[in-house]
Amino acid sequence: MVSGLINANPVVYEKKERRSRSTPTHVDEYAVELIDQLEIFDHIRDIKDPEHPYSLEELKVISEDAIEVDDKRSYVRVTFTPTVEHCSMATVIGLCLRVKLMRSLPPRYKVDIRVAPGTHATEAAVNKQLNDKERVAAALENPNLVDMVDECLAPSYG
Amino acid sequence: MADSIQWIQHVELYVSSSATPSQQVASVDAVATLLKNDLLTLEALVREMEMYLTTTDSIIRCRGILLLGELLAQLTLKPLDSTSIHSLIGFFTERLADWKALRGAIVGCLALLRRKSDVGRVTDSEAKAVAQSYLQNLQVQSLGQHDRKLSFQLMECLLDRYAGAMADLGDNLVYGICEAIDGEKDPQCLLLVFHIVESLAQLSPGPLANFAEDLFEILGCYFPIHFTHPKGEDDDVKREELARALMLAFASTPLFEPFSIPLLLEKLSSSLPSAKVESFKYLSYCTAKYGPERMAKHAEALWASLKDTTYLSPQSMLSMEPESMSRMNFQESDVMTEAFVLLQEVIRQYGEFISLIIGDNDINAFLISLNQYKGFDDIPLQVKQKLHAVGHILSACAKASAAMCNKVFESFFPFLMDGLGLSVAQPSQNNSYLDEECFSLAKFKFGPLYLCIELIAACKSLTLSLYNCTSIHDFPHQRWCSLLSSFSESLVKAFVSMLRSNVADNEQSAYVYCGVKGLQILATFPGSFTPVSKSVNDNIFLELVSIITSDSNKTFEWTSALKALVEIGFSIDKCLDSEKAASFESTVVEKIVSLISSLDSAIPLSLRLQAAFEIGATRKDFMLRVVRGLDESIDTNFSAVFDHGNHKSDELTIKLLDTYSQKVLPWFLEIGGSEEVQLNFALRIWDKIENFRALNLSPPEFTSISYQDLLGATMTAMKKAVASCSEESQEIIINKASGVLFSSTVFGSMGFKSGSSILKEEGLQQTQNYGNSSGRDEWLTSLFASVVVALRPQTGISNRKMILQLFITSLLNGHVPSAHALGSLVNKLPLETKGIKSSRSLSLNEALDMIFHSFVGTCRDDSTSGNDGSGVNINSLRLNTSRIQLEFNTVIGLAWIGKGLLMRGHEKVKDITMTLLSFLTLDCEAGVSKQFQNLAEVLDEEGVHQLMKCAGDAFHIIMSDSGECLNRMYHATVRPLYKQRFFSTIMPILLSLVVKSESSFVRSMLYRAFAHVVSDTPLTAILGEAKKLFPILLECLSTLSKDVSDKGIIYSVLLVISGILLDKNGQEAAVENASSIVNQLIELTAYPHMMAVRETAIQCLVAVSELPHARVYPLRTKVLRTISKALDDPKRIVRQEAVRCRQAWASIASRSIHF
Repeated sequence: MVSGLINANPVVYEKKERRSRSTPTHVDEYAVELIDQLEIFDHIRDIKDPEHPYSLEELKVISEDAIEVDDKRSYVRVTFTPTVEHCSMATVIGLCLRVKLMRSLPPRYKVDIRVAPGTHATEAAVNKQLNDKERVAAALENPNLVDMVDECLAPSYG
Repeated sequence: MADSIQWIQHVELYVSSSATPSQQVASVDAVATLLKNDLLTLEALVREMEMYLTTTDSIIRCRGILLLGELLAQLTLKPLDSTSIHSLIGFFTERLADWKALRGAIVGCLALLRRKSDVGRVTDSEAKAVAQSYLQNLQVQSLGQHDRKLSFQLMECLLDRYAGAMADLGDNLVYGICEAIDGEKDPQCLLLVFHIVESLAQLSPGPLANFAEDLFEILGCYFPIHFTHPKGEDDDVKREELARALMLAFASTPLFEPFSIPLLLEKLSSSLPSAKVESFKYLSYCTAKYGPERMAKHAEALWASLKDTTYLSPQSMLSMEPESMSRMNFQESDVMTEAFVLLQEVIRQYGEFISLIIGDNDINAFLISLNQYKGFDDIPLQVKQKLHAVGHILSACAKASAAMCNKVFESFFPFLMDGLGLSVAQPSQNNSYLDEECFSLAKFKFGPLYLCIELIAACKSLTLSLYNCTSIHDFPHQRWCSLLSSFSESLVKAFVSMLRSNVADNEQSAYVYCGVKGLQILATFPGSFTPVSKSVNDNIFLELVSIITSDSNKTFEWTSALKALVEIGFSIDKCLDSEKAASFESTVVEKIVSLISSLDSAIPLSLRLQAAFEIGATRKDFMLRVVRGLDESIDTNFSAVFDHGNHKSDELTIKLLDTYSQKVLPWFLEIGGSEEVQLNFALRIWDKIENFRALNLSPPEFTSISYQDLLGATMTAMKKAVASCSEESQEIIINKASGVLFSSTVFGSMGFKSGSSILKEEGLQQTQNYGNSSGRDEWLTSLFASVVVALRPQTGISNRKMILQLFITSLLNGHVPSAHALGSLVNKLPLETKGIKSSRSLSLNEALDMIFHSFVGTCRDDSTSGNDGSGVNINSLRLNTSRIQLEFNTVIGLAWIGKGLLMRGHEKVKDITMTLLSFLTLDCEAGVSKQFQNLAEVLDEEGVHQLMKCAGDAFHIIMSDSGECLNRMYHATVRPLYKQRFFSTIMPILLSLVVKSESSFVRSMLYRAFAHVVSDTPLTAILGEAKKLFPILLECLSTLSKDVSDKGIIYSVLLVISGILLDKNGQEAAVENASSIVNQLIELTAYPHMMAVRETAIQCLVAVSELPHARVYPLRTKVLRTISKALDDPKRIVRQEAVRCRQAWASIASRSIHF
């Protein structure tokens, strides 16, 4: 690991206002509300950046538009944008996203985490690492990594 | 004398460095107590302590002196003779030079200087000596934080309490203080420093003159107050507090003026908004303190910076609410707000300032440039911002005083009128202008229009302030006033023509807003100061009313016109202007009232009623007029319903009645005073009913829904009206009502012979006829019930017996309002009747006897065994196959009566509950069934089950709060904690019945009753029993979850459980049942019929995870497995809760995310 911060002075953006969902006065008890972009985004927006006290939303690492979800086919893809190209934290961020979604979505879902094309020096390697079941499982055996992930996820369980 | 050994020990303890701080505090307290109680004299103490006070070991000396100082600080209220004080202060003064043992000396000086004169005070010369020693010996800035703080406190105390002595010290003092405070950074100390400077400036023969610049140099560095470490440990001193203290110090003497004003003006150009805000605040405050002479030379600089902030680069945002988009509704930034405050202050202090504004080239050029824009939308946003700012500046100038107003008007008003194309009106055309379109809208440029309205508004507020404080008689001779009056007529014309234009698009609504506002301002000038003549004034009223009456499609215009009229009404009420009030009443109020009943109006009734109520609310006699209109309208509509069966009138009447009960009656209740309106309303309704009776009319199709609504609305209005009356008026109403009721032929022939039961067969037949056939009689009884429900307990009722009988009869026929009335009656009846016992008065016990007797009925022959007179004997209820319904009605009636009794805390409620319970357990085929034999015979199984369910739900009636009756609004007698009491009596009975019951259906019904009772009991009562209740609650949930229709009950029981789980004592109870709780909750997380149930169940699971680890750990796997299913719940809220719950349970053990 490099000593010192990878990106010492990131740009912090304003948080988007929480979009409150309109609650109809008459609720149909049996109507199904599908899992949608905003719901996925609500799960991950408050995850803390591994090296700064800001949320991924504030750093614009993730945005609502960068989430694809298909509830019927149980598929979700999150594309995130590291703050700098050589960010070695990209894998940790990706791991956090994966863990958080694994814990928040029904088991039927397949989660795909990707770095946005052209935003990272070793894009292909990171993508491969993040979507390799074995390597993710191995990473989660590492107590240091798990501690780090848990710390980043803590704010998202509001 | 106290045991000297003992207190010396305390002293030693304090002085020694080994003792803990708390021990030291304790020993100071102990010695101080001795001193206070005169068990030890100060002299003896000092003598004994000599060694500690004079030793060469500086640490011990320091502790010794500090002890003496702290002791003195505790003795501030104990009188001391002057010699002691003299020698003590002398000692401490001297010790100030001892830098190694300084703290004790400062504490001692402070304690002595703070003494009040009645307990012995330090003299001026001694104080002076202290100050001299202070100035000579203390190097404040080289001390630690706490010592610095103490020394500043000492200086503050000297300046505050010995100002005279300090003034003698002259330059020396100022110099010393400058030295002491220079470079201070600690917020707490700074607070003291600022205060010291302030006090210093106030010393009488100001020694400050020579040092003002030096002192200000030190002070000026702190502006603006800004914390570099925002989250420091000194959170106790707020930035605002410091900023305010510094501001006071800045403004403490006019001598600072040559230095402070340039500094503040310079800081205005800072890029930090907070610095700007601060600067404006300080400037406003300093302007007020320094006085006009000193500020005069800064006027130009001030205007330049004000202009820069407000006009050249205004920071305001157009408010984004959709309805205000078309108006000049700007949200000013803080900087701008403060700038306007300064502007006002400067103008108030220094009138000449205004010539700068009037003569300003930029502003004049801007005004001319405004003429190039035509409509509202042509003006670009920046120009709008500037327009807003200029409007604000001009109005601030005009508001300041009459003279200023004159100047502003002279310089700008004619120009604005030119811009609008208005001229002084020719008086020849009198009224005709209201009928013709004199102006085309395109002529009015928005810029001048807006400024013109701002100016008139400023005039009005000036007039109001003058009107309130002085009596200026030359008012109409003021230049602005004559200017305004000469233009007023053409202005009114212009405003009216803006309203008349038929285009309702966005651009025009800005004009509509201006038009309405202009008219409103012109019409709200107080009394004799009005610049508009009476006829013009009337025309304004007419114009606004015509908007209200003509068309509601242009909603914006309609609402703003109504708002303007309401404002005008309030202003008339405030200014006590009788002439205007009269014309307002004749033109506005009359017209609006006539709207209520007009049939062919294009405006929906609800809007008409809203207009009438709002206009009426401006003044009481207007409201009375509106009420009269409402009454008439209700009358005609009632007749229409009853005579012609007019369905349209149904709806109208309901709306009218709703206005009455929701708006008018509460309004009268709020303003207090007479209750004429309520009384009259109730009596009118009864008159009406009486007339219909006489004519033998009845509403057609009385089963239709709108008819039921009408009855409901009438009942609510009646209840509210009666409830807000006093006892006397209520008596009048009830007498009237019973007169109408009992004069009727039907009720007359019902066989109400005193004491005899009406429930003989033929009587019953009659009552049944009544129940089925005549809607009119239902009207009568329902209205009568609403009167009875709302009575006060003290109100005398004659004919009680008959009334009671009536209600019992109609109740047995399924009339629920009668049940309410019976409940209210037993709740409010007096326990004893005083005076002679007549057949007409009735005590509670007699009433109850009557009620039970009626329910018991006539079939005594086959019930001799069961009826011992203690309660109601079910067995003897008349049971006919045709009267299954009767049993239901009995149960409902008993529930309401029981509620009434329970609320007043009467013991008979026990009998009623027992009866209800016996209904509940009806199904016990084997055991007690003998009593119910004939019931079982006549009712089929389904019927019995229905009846049992009904009895279970009766407990809901008993426990829940009702809006219909028996609440505080309807004057119910409520004993405190009645719910808790009922809970604790019924619980053991229910529990034992559950144990005894064999049939599962009976048990489920018992659970039902149990659920109702538990969910309406306050949580605190349940917590005490939580341990016992848990198993039943869980059992209850599992039973109830079988039937979809019980989802509401499940939810309320679940809420009780979550309440218990969130409480500390409740958690202890939950520990033992953890596993069964979790099992039950897991089942409910998949409850398909109600989302709230699933959500609450999951929340409860989260709460369970907080229980002791050993208890919940074994359940973890099971919970996690369930929750992963809940993550796929159809409802989003449930999924969110599931994520939270999953995290809570996953994190109670080693990290593992495999679930």
